[in-house]
Amino acid sequence: MSEGMRNGWELVVGLEVHCELATQTKIFCGCRNVFGAPPNTNICPVCLGLPGSLPVLNEEAVHLAMRLGMALGCSVEPSIFHRKNYFYPDMPKDYQVSQYDQPINVDGSIELADGSVVGIERAHLEEDTGKSTHVGGGGRINEAERSLVDYNRAGVPLVEIVSRPDITSAEQAKAYVNELRAILLATGASDAKMEEGSMRVDANVSVRRRGEPLGTRCEIKNLNSVRSLVRAIEYEAERQIDVLQAGERIVQETRHWDEAGGRTRPGRSKEEAEDYRYFPEPDLVPVEPDDAWRQRVRDELPLLPAARRARLATAVPATAGVALVVERGLDELVLDAITAGGDPGRLLTHAEHNVLEAGALTAESFAALSRMEVEGALTATQAKTVLAELVLTGGDPAAIAATHGFEALDESDLASTLDAIIAENPEAFEKLKAGDGKVIGFFTGQVMKATQGKADGKRVAALLQEKAKS
Amino acid sequence: MAATAQEIAAAIAAGQRRAVDVLDEHLAAIGARDGELHAFNLVTTEHARADAEAVDRGERPGPLAGVPVALKDNLCTRGIPTTCSSRILEGWRPPYDATVVTRLRDAGAVLVGKTNLDEFAMGSSTENSAFGATRNPHDVTRVPGGSSGGSAAAVAAGFAPVALGSDTGGSIRQPAALCGVVGVKPTYGAVSRYGLIAFASSLDQIGPFTTTVADAALVLEVIAGHDPMDSTSIDGPAPSLLEVLDHGVDGLRVGVVRELLGEGIAPDVRARTEAAAEALAAAGAKVDEASVPAAIYGLSAYYLIAPSEASSNLARYDGVRYGLRVDAANTAEMNTATRTAGFGPEVKRRIMLGTYALSSGYYDAYYGKAQRVRTLIIRDFQAAYEQFDVLLSPTSPTTAFELGAKTADPLSMYMNDVCTIPSNLSGDPAMSVPYGAGADGLPVGVQVMAPALGEPVMFRVAAALERSLA
Repeated sequence: MSEGMRNGWELVVGLEVHCELATQTKIFCGCRNVFGAPPNTNICPVCLGLPGSLPVLNEEAVHLAMRLGMALGCSVEPSIFHRKNYFYPDMPKDYQVSQYDQPINVDGSIELADGSVVGIERAHLEEDTGKSTHVGGGGRINEAERSLVDYNRAGVPLVEIVSRPDITSAEQAKAYVNELRAILLATGASDAKMEEGSMRVDANVSVRRRGEPLGTRCEIKNLNSVRSLVRAIEYEAERQIDVLQAGERIVQETRHWDEAGGRTRPGRSKEEAEDYRYFPEPDLVPVEPDDAWRQRVRDELPLLPAARRARLATAVPATAGVALVVERGLDELVLDAITAGGDPGRLLTHAEHNVLEAGALTAESFAALSRMEVEGALTATQAKTVLAELVLTGGDPAAIAATHGFEALDESDLASTLDAIIAENPEAFEKLKAGDGKVIGFFTGQVMKATQGKADGKRVAALLQEKAKS
Repeated sequence: MAATAQEIAAAIAAGQRRAVDVLDEHLAAIGARDGELHAFNLVTTEHARADAEAVDRGERPGPLAGVPVALKDNLCTRGIPTTCSSRILEGWRPPYDATVVTRLRDAGAVLVGKTNLDEFAMGSSTENSAFGATRNPHDVTRVPGGSSGGSAAAVAAGFAPVALGSDTGGSIRQPAALCGVVGVKPTYGAVSRYGLIAFASSLDQIGPFTTTVADAALVLEVIAGHDPMDSTSIDGPAPSLLEVLDHGVDGLRVGVVRELLGEGIAPDVRARTEAAAEALAAAGAKVDEASVPAAIYGLSAYYLIAPSEASSNLARYDGVRYGLRVDAANTAEMNTATRTAGFGPEVKRRIMLGTYALSSGYYDAYYGKAQRVRTLIIRDFQAAYEQFDVLLSPTSPTTAFELGAKTADPLSMYMNDVCTIPSNLSGDPAMSVPYGAGADGLPVGVQVMAPALGEPVMFRVAAALERSLA
């Protein structure tokens, strides 16, 4: 891990990911939870925090949070809400209702595609804030001529997933976010769109010399894409190492990622450090899901990406490509095609390289296609063409192959064609005999040309090797 | 004595009286004397007349059809200004009705206006109103008590047979005692808080002021019962109270709380409390001394818990969305300027107290410790209720004091609530019943307390006390 880290230094990263839950309505009222509505159209006395209004917890938000928690291997605990008090114009009550020291989900982990495991400290429920737009003054709140606030997002349910500081490279941070997103999508907990802000990532970054205790961390905010996350972590690690190597100390602070400048900048200064005065939210009652509810959630948990990878890996001859095929959601199709008599190796290769999404492709036609290839009825190139049509329009692979006039050469035709080409190129053949494998490509190209692509490249290579040895 | 709610409702239902005539009579009383008393912040003449006319057309049947009701001005009324007697909310018109307002309307009540209070219900004399003090109808040089002083004075002056108030530390019971009317703080959660502008959410309860115990029972039956808009609302129907009023007290165990009859209680008030105990004994109750040792710490715990919650509840008055805004160079300065201009001194004092008590490093010593005291009080009450069906104490340590007598010394003002606060901390029901006069000829109230959901037995005892004076 931590490639690119300067000699003797280690990177330590923990991620805080906020995800909007995909509920029908907001967390404490009946307003719709949708993205992109005209400003201040999905609001009511409760999510506007009007005097006298009271919150009532949305059962669906708890249900989805529990489902996510279980998917993360967390223990689902009896929980309560607190108030986090601070003034901000896009926060209608000037406090945020959030879970503090008794969160709903604790102690889980995520297994990444490379087999590494990142611990999850907690995944708690809270409400989202509104959104401010600052007009004039460079868009900053304190210099703006005026500010506009849209409260549609206020009260949208969030889950904040806090990882342990187990991440040791920017690439691993990226893999973690991708895996978390896959779990969010698989469980239906969130649509997890970073570009729409339904998934937001903050990174706690510190560095230390190998073997030393944890260093002082900085929290990096304003990360709007996985690419920004990677760049920001790499930049911040270098910055901190520079500071420490100059004999100075890291100041614990919030820093903002400046995408255009490619650097992090200090945010809120220390003098303005907030005291959030957390205390238990008296307007809500404790959340204590009973065993029946827990069981219901457990029963509806889908197979998660890590388990799907393991399942596919046992059914195919190679592990390369497995993660990508699962990420594309093609694993089920491959497994069904294997069950339908398809060739595991060829199915996996096609799913990895030649299919982005299943489209009209069925397990049966996919299986039949791979069999035709194994039996030599189609070359790899022809199979790719047929496959593209199967995805687009579906149908019978044999029929599609016929309309293209695809029929693989039989072995004797291939052998005589090859003999003729060897006879025309004796020098190249001598090189092959001398052990120069590079000329195989040349011969294959010639054979393809002579057969209008009907030859199987692999077969040509095998025949050449046989002839060179004899 | 003006007609009771029961008498008015019966006469209108029988067609003997018209609702508009009843309304006009009460409006005339208001017109004649409210200039002097200032019980009302707003008299809603037009709305009331329309409601009364609808009653007379038979369109609004119900147990309170045609009964004039006044509302404390911290209860939200759709389209009608709701101020909390604060400059910061002046002119704000809620877009919704509080649940109690809806229930009163559905029962046929005619809402005559919004009554004065100590700003945001913080006070015991109604002198902390931004719109001027309310005066006691029995002696206009005296306070009516508070914070629901306007509602208490309105009922005592015959402006309405029924008013609603809110009680966080005694804000219904103490003014009821000082104005010589019945005032009830129900079990926490018995009446929905939805639409009650919060002071201290874990303590606030809405309850009625009436001239008779039966009227209080009638109103409580209308406004109590589960409300899905309030998470702390008790799941269950409203209690049946009217049917138990004449059940008597024979065999009931009545405990006179030793700790609430000692130092600081005026001798004449003490004498009336003892007289009440004797009357109950004469009616067949078993009267004995009771002890609730932790009750003496109630005041201290209350003045940490209530301001802490208030500091958070009142954060939303920031000038951004509604009410007063004092413009300034930027948002943070606008917040400060608005709150500086909009809140009165007592509100600021409590916001500062609460902010301090919740702040990092002090939480455990103040808020945390106060919550532990609260637990002790709950435990002590539970122990007492193993031996007694109801407990008895004075409501207020003294009869009504003169305006200005305690405004310079907040601590002496806070002492007014020493007998009433414990029931807010425990969440149990308590009510004040007029029980004669003190040495100065002003009303004295006796407090009847009962365990949670013990309203039926509490009302039985209150009715017996009322009968003993007849």
